[in-house]
Amino acid sequence: MQSNPADLVRTILSRKGRWGIAEIAFWLMAAATLFFVPERHLILNEIAIVGLFALSLDLILGYAGIVSLGHAAFFGLGAYVAGLLAKYGLEDPLAGLGVAALGAAFLGFSTSFLVLRGSDLTKLMVTLGVALILGEIANQASWLTGGADGLQGIVMGPILGLFEFDIFGTTAYAYSLTVTFVLFVLARRIVVSPFGLSLRSIRDNPLRARAVGIPVNHRLVSIYTLSAAYAGAAGALLAQTTQFVSLDVLAFHRSADVLLVLVIGGVGYLYGGLIGAVVFKVLQDIISSWTPQYWQFWIGLILVLLVLAGRERLTEKVRALWPRSKSRLMDSSQPLQTKPAREI
Amino acid sequence: MAAALETKGLTKRFGGLVATDNVSFRLEQGARHALIGPNGAGKTTFINLLTGVLTPTSGQVFLEGKEITRLRPELRVQRGLTRTFQINQLFPAMTPLETIGLAVSERMGSGSDWWRVIGSRRGIIDEIVEIAQRFRLTDVLDERTSNLAYGKQRLLEIAVAFACRPRVLLLDEPAAGVPEAERHELLATVAALPRDVSVLLIEHDMDLVFSFADRISVLVNGALFAEGPVGEISSDPKVRAVYLGESVDE
Repeated sequence: MQSNPADLVRTILSRKGRWGIAEIAFWLMAAATLFFVPERHLILNEIAIVGLFALSLDLILGYAGIVSLGHAAFFGLGAYVAGLLAKYGLEDPLAGLGVAALGAAFLGFSTSFLVLRGSDLTKLMVTLGVALILGEIANQASWLTGGADGLQGIVMGPILGLFEFDIFGTTAYAYSLTVTFVLFVLARRIVVSPFGLSLRSIRDNPLRARAVGIPVNHRLVSIYTLSAAYAGAAGALLAQTTQFVSLDVLAFHRSADVLLVLVIGGVGYLYGGLIGAVVFKVLQDIISSWTPQYWQFWIGLILVLLVLAGRERLTEKVRALWPRSKSRLMDSSQPLQTKPAREI
Repeated sequence: MAAALETKGLTKRFGGLVATDNVSFRLEQGARHALIGPNGAGKTTFINLLTGVLTPTSGQVFLEGKEITRLRPELRVQRGLTRTFQINQLFPAMTPLETIGLAVSERMGSGSDWWRVIGSRRGIIDEIVEIAQRFRLTDVLDERTSNLAYGKQRLLEIAVAFACRPRVLLLDEPAAGVPEAERHELLATVAALPRDVSVLLIEHDMDLVFSFADRISVLVNGALFAEGPVGEISSDPKVRAVYLGESVDE
């Protein structure tokens, strides 16, 4: 059937890094919203930020199997760093973004050693604890952070010295979307690399990963630090585009919401965070305009159904309605009956 | 010449229990050596001491003459000591291609390469293919590991260890649970392992031990009970009594 196994291997491997049509369409659509729905740019900006935040959680949860209930620690730190920098003179958004991401990365690196020991329950508690501690520090240090009143007086300069932020949120959205896209491309590259593969192997079976010679802890520290930087960047985007930071950025519900977003969209799937963010925000918008007090009831119900029914099964059903994806499998001349694990 | 793998006075206590009792053991270069012993004899503890999952209470472990007693497990693998597991330890959501590719790229030192796609490095594809052919996995390379037939999973289990290009390979009951129909294929691949890899086989199945090994060590209650060439051990009445389960007066 196959003339040469080396060619087969090469074909399969080169398939990994390639962009699919659906992916390109996804990003083209996202870009199109910049021009076609100006009145929605404020909420789209929020979606892009939440999407990036969920993507950062996916890097550790979906790809490395590290559970976290305190991912807001990095998001919040990034937001405060970016906000404070802008307030005290560094008005360039990109520089602020970079510093905020580095700050969050540093926090991620130093707490990774606490997080990497112990069971999932330990991890949940340690991450939760770190976020709570940070939240309380921000609350107490009101001379710096503004405490419960929030950090006010943030003045952002134009992006690259060219694009001023406007009140419709168009510049803000373009900025957030671009940053999210760039970081997404980087993450996409990482997950198909040998490094990304080793993360998945650790998630699947750390015992065997060690037996293959993988320095498990080292790899986990790396991805935890990177994920923290991503979350910090998302927080910075929020601070810069809304020009306000409140204690809310470190609150428990942020960590919980981002987990929710990721579960809705799909864990271990790079688009999961982005799709989840869209679904979550749109649902929030629709349900809360229909029944403002009870929107959490509905989101809770959806979450329970989703987890019980299993998102995998639901997406498989949707995929079955799509005859093209099936035929593509057929004519790709692979001897496979079953789909290999999804990885992007 | 230094032994491929050697232990000196290796002892492991768990509280009052002596799981490994003063074991001094030599695995010669290129050996086909079997380690047998009744259930609870301490075979698993011994393996865990060799691979670094456990640290010994006392005694030393040497790999090709260099002491590795306190070396971390992954560093032992990088120095050429790998194992397979009695119960499959695979990556269920990954394909055999990815699994072998992972092991090969780790060994080539590109495991922390986060920028390139797997297999973009030269040589890696040829090596994946060579291993896949050796372990008869070419026709299932792109399937999910969890969907493979059990015999294929056992082959992959050995293939992953082999992909680390070991100097010493510890095979922990490689044929355990493999149905009769798939058994032959597995045994043939084990027999065809290259001679420059020294193999320690931990096994219950006496047919496999006798067909594969040229030396046997018997572990009883954590201590080395007997050791010698296959013929000698198989006819030793003491060994037959404690292990082979045959009555001495036969």
